[in-house]
Amino acid sequence: MTLDAGICSNGHVSYPTHPLCPECGEPQEETVDLSDRTAEVVTWTHSTATPPGVREPNTLAIVEFDITDLDEASDEFVRALGQVTTDEVETGDTVEPVYVEELRDPEAGIKVPESQDWGGYRWDPV
Amino acid sequence: MGVAVIGASMTKFGQRDAWIRELLSQAGEECLTDAGVAPDDVEHLYVSNMASGEFEGQTGIMNLLAHDLGVLPAYSERVDQTSSSGGAGIYEAWQSVASGASEMTLLVGGEKMTHKTTGQATDIIASITHPDEYKHGVTLPSFAGMTARHYLERFDAPRESLARVAVKNHRNGVDNPKAQFQKEITMEKALESPIIADPLRLYDFCPITDGSAALMFTTEERAKEITDEYALVSGIGGATDTHVVHERDDPTIMGGVVESSKQAYEMAGLSPDDLDVAELHDMFTILEFLQLEGIGVAEQGTAWELAMDGATAKDGDLPINTSGGLKSKGHPLGASGVAQGVEIYEQLVGEAGPRQVDADTALACNVGGFGNCVITTIMEAAE
Repeated sequence: MTLDAGICSNGHVSYPTHPLCPECGEPQEETVDLSDRTAEVVTWTHSTATPPGVREPNTLAIVEFDITDLDEASDEFVRALGQVTTDEVETGDTVEPVYVEELRDPEAGIKVPESQDWGGYRWDPV
Repeated sequence: MGVAVIGASMTKFGQRDAWIRELLSQAGEECLTDAGVAPDDVEHLYVSNMASGEFEGQTGIMNLLAHDLGVLPAYSERVDQTSSSGGAGIYEAWQSVASGASEMTLLVGGEKMTHKTTGQATDIIASITHPDEYKHGVTLPSFAGMTARHYLERFDAPRESLARVAVKNHRNGVDNPKAQFQKEITMEKALESPIIADPLRLYDFCPITDGSAALMFTTEERAKEITDEYALVSGIGGATDTHVVHERDDPTIMGGVVESSKQAYEMAGLSPDDLDVAELHDMFTILEFLQLEGIGVAEQGTAWELAMDGATAKDGDLPINTSGGLKSKGHPLGASGVAQGVEIYEQLVGEAGPRQVDADTALACNVGGFGNCVITTIMEAAE
């Protein structure tokens, strides 16, 4: 499994990927796998009023991956949103991505289950 | 071509027995009466609505309403821009008159939501998010929680400042007979209510609401013939920010608010200092701060001080959400932006009753998604 961010020929990086770079409009022809990196929590919440098929509480965090070591990237960081493995998390915590096959019950919500994938990465405090 | 608003109406907002058809036709009929316009004279009809198909199973609602109001063969169209559908409807209605395509345009916004459970309604609204956000169970309230935490931590703002927004808007709502809640709340009640997406609690969020609102637009020339009391749409702008919320450069800057208000100020030849009153999209208390900063009334990271000082209260320097805002008036998605327009129109023509403030220039900012799409409208009283 990979946590793919898109990268364009100008080195702009985004997660998730887009067909064209949101920054400059060039195609995002390559990806960068973030799954082996750690990230820092920018902000988080315990969401208690969750929709059908979603765990409650659902602790969510926006995290920031440092990518200054990536020669092909001109951005210094890329952010991602995800569930947190625990309810104990603070701004500034270091987390690592952990793959989960089903983040919510695909059958319980309004969307057609086949219309998208339901696997993804949770953030696990290191 | 100058565009004028010559009539307005809104139904009672709240938990209603009526379904979408009745809500829309009630507001539409009352607006025709308020404007003194015959159904035959309506050339364009816009219906702002986010999700009548998902909520109720009723689609094609522009046909339904056009036929029910007898405005045939007017051009009709449903306008969806999620929570800013109402503002987008104002934009479409303004365009239709400004371009000369229509001399008389009726805009009706409405949503029927309360028959769904909170979880179902939250899911329908959450389906506007990117698939990679949706699969994590993200909701609009959870975006608000994450943004509020970041704002409070980064700008060292007190948690109480958010509760003050809720208390103020509930106070304003007491004077609005159409509001879902006409009830004051205390700081203690706001600060001790159940956590929904911490640091935000129940009273930081708007309710789920049924309701409809309408506005009538015509040319400035025609308005002068029809009535002495009208308002002019002197500036309007619309803009789109990233769909994926975490991709924004700065989580506390709503780019759509900044860009749309810049366009509106430029068109009107006005600046933030010229505003007398404003309706902001307080779907969550934190949004009132982000919009005050986005429309240039406050510097980044300082809008919370206005709430603490009382500057945004009805008797303050710049009254915000005299209607009670989404917080106490309610938030029937497609109706909300139109209802904001109704409030600033009534303030400008002196029909706001106990909510009346002294105003010649008013702004409404309608936010779709979590700032994904934004419409800013400036209206001025006719001279």
